[in-house]
Amino acid sequence: MTLLSVSGLSVTQRNREIFRDVSFQIGTGEVVGLIGPNGAGKTTLMRAALGMIAHGGDSTLADLTPHARAKAAAWMPQSREIAWPVSVETLVMLGRLPHLGPYSRPSAEDHARVDEAIAWMELEQMRHRTATRLSGGEQARVLIARALAQGTPLLMADEPIAGLDPAHQIGTMKIFAQMAAHGKSVLVSLHDLGLAARHCTRLIMLGQGRIIADGAPEDVLTPARLAEIFHITAWYQNTEHGPVYQPLDVIGRTD
Amino acid sequence: MTRLSLVLIVAVLALFTGSLLIGPAGLGAGESLRALVLGGDGPLPMVMREIRLPRAILAAMIGASLGLAGAAMQGYLRNPLAEPGLIGVSGSAALGAVLSIQTGLATAFVLALPVAALTGALLGVGLVMSLAGRGGASLSLILAGIAVSALAGAMTSLVLNLSPNPFAANEIVFWMMGSLADRSMTHVWIALPFIALGWLLLASTGRSLAALTLGEDAAAAMGVSLPRLRLVIVLGTACVVGAGTAVAGAIGFVGLVVPHILRPFVGAHPGRLLWASALGGAVMLLAADIAVRMVLPARDLKLGVLTALVGAPLFLHLIYKLRKGAL
Repeated sequence: MTLLSVSGLSVTQRNREIFRDVSFQIGTGEVVGLIGPNGAGKTTLMRAALGMIAHGGDSTLADLTPHARAKAAAWMPQSREIAWPVSVETLVMLGRLPHLGPYSRPSAEDHARVDEAIAWMELEQMRHRTATRLSGGEQARVLIARALAQGTPLLMADEPIAGLDPAHQIGTMKIFAQMAAHGKSVLVSLHDLGLAARHCTRLIMLGQGRIIADGAPEDVLTPARLAEIFHITAWYQNTEHGPVYQPLDVIGRTD
Repeated sequence: MTRLSLVLIVAVLALFTGSLLIGPAGLGAGESLRALVLGGDGPLPMVMREIRLPRAILAAMIGASLGLAGAAMQGYLRNPLAEPGLIGVSGSAALGAVLSIQTGLATAFVLALPVAALTGALLGVGLVMSLAGRGGASLSLILAGIAVSALAGAMTSLVLNLSPNPFAANEIVFWMMGSLADRSMTHVWIALPFIALGWLLLASTGRSLAALTLGEDAAAAMGVSLPRLRLVIVLGTACVVGAGTAVAGAIGFVGLVVPHILRPFVGAHPGRLLWASALGGAVMLLAADIAVRMVLPARDLKLGVLTALVGAPLFLHLIYKLRKGAL
């Protein structure tokens, strides 16, 4: 089953073409890492695929009504906004909004999903704390829990692990893997190529206004592409501890 | 029902009754209420039904409107400093009223002033919406509201400036201070349809405002239509504030302070704050309207002056707390 199918997607903003002819599909049970240098259009690609900005080409999510889309895909934007000093539990419950009837209260199922998301992100300790008073990394975990509580087959997250400590970065990627094991899928943009190589089942590399490569991490992260797109060299090996990837140096600088 | 709403409802009922029982006529409580309910001949039923009842109803209605609109506006703009007048409705309603006083239309027939004020409010909100553009962005709405408020304020000053009639100028100044004295049931009936429509519109926004806690992008992805939400908020606010200003003049600080005070009691949830602020607004305005009759009974202290006098220090206190990170 396909959760998202994008074909010939293009976005032009203020006469600048961000990318064009982007096509890919996401099936069930995948953790797809979206990688690319700053300004490659990762965020724009995800927002266009959701149908939230003007675009050319087709996306199955963009064709849905906003209400149906909210049940098909959850979106976690990069900006971590929490406008009001609500409790962690209240914030996570916001993820259930698309499932509530017009004037109905949260059902037992809604509460169960919220509890589940809070448990996944290890937030029990801070369940009743005020979300705006948490640290940046804690807020990020709360917002991930909010997106998980939405309970959609597909989760799209824009740099969800930026600013998290190593344990929670790894923990979050493992939660994505668990979701994939349960038949859900995640499209996640990230800059940490080491974590991407280890925890994603598939990588999509975006650069120069198009998809450069799409496939298994070891096939995508070739030295030639890293040099051309990211301007770096890296050490990459399948070890007994799994794939290990370490960026080494910037190409084109002598220092 | 939560304890907070119970407390607020009891307070509204108590203050409403209190508002009915307080006045210069100095009537007994028992006979006043009997005259109100049973009617009959003589001056007492008329005082109760034609003077005190509309005053109490208007205070509750307009107070609730200001509280509700303030909570909705703060929720929509995700800013605790937002208030309903921000989108230029009260300014343009005041301009309509001022023009009707200046031209003498207000003395020609009794409804001329509220109708002129409502017309002003509708024109103002139309101008704001056309300036703000078709998108759902909140920033353009704020800027358009500031521009229209400034324009309406300047035109009002111009009318005062050029007024050849000192009595009209005097009347304008007093009208703009806001008051509920000497209003009739006719005022209730002209404001009620707009206020009821505005309540319906604003009360429907709870879910969307809650989703906006996560920012515009996340809310849109959860199925909230931002352009539609903005339209509902602006029209709802225009209805309640326009109608309120039309019958009572400009009453400030209620829409700003009430949501601010009540926010901690509803866990900062923007949807729950709507109901609490509506009740809280009614409480504040009923109390203020009782206070203007008790503090200086002989001097016709204006309601808007009192709400500002009480509201401003309260607001300063809140800013002080905000600075200390207590909110």
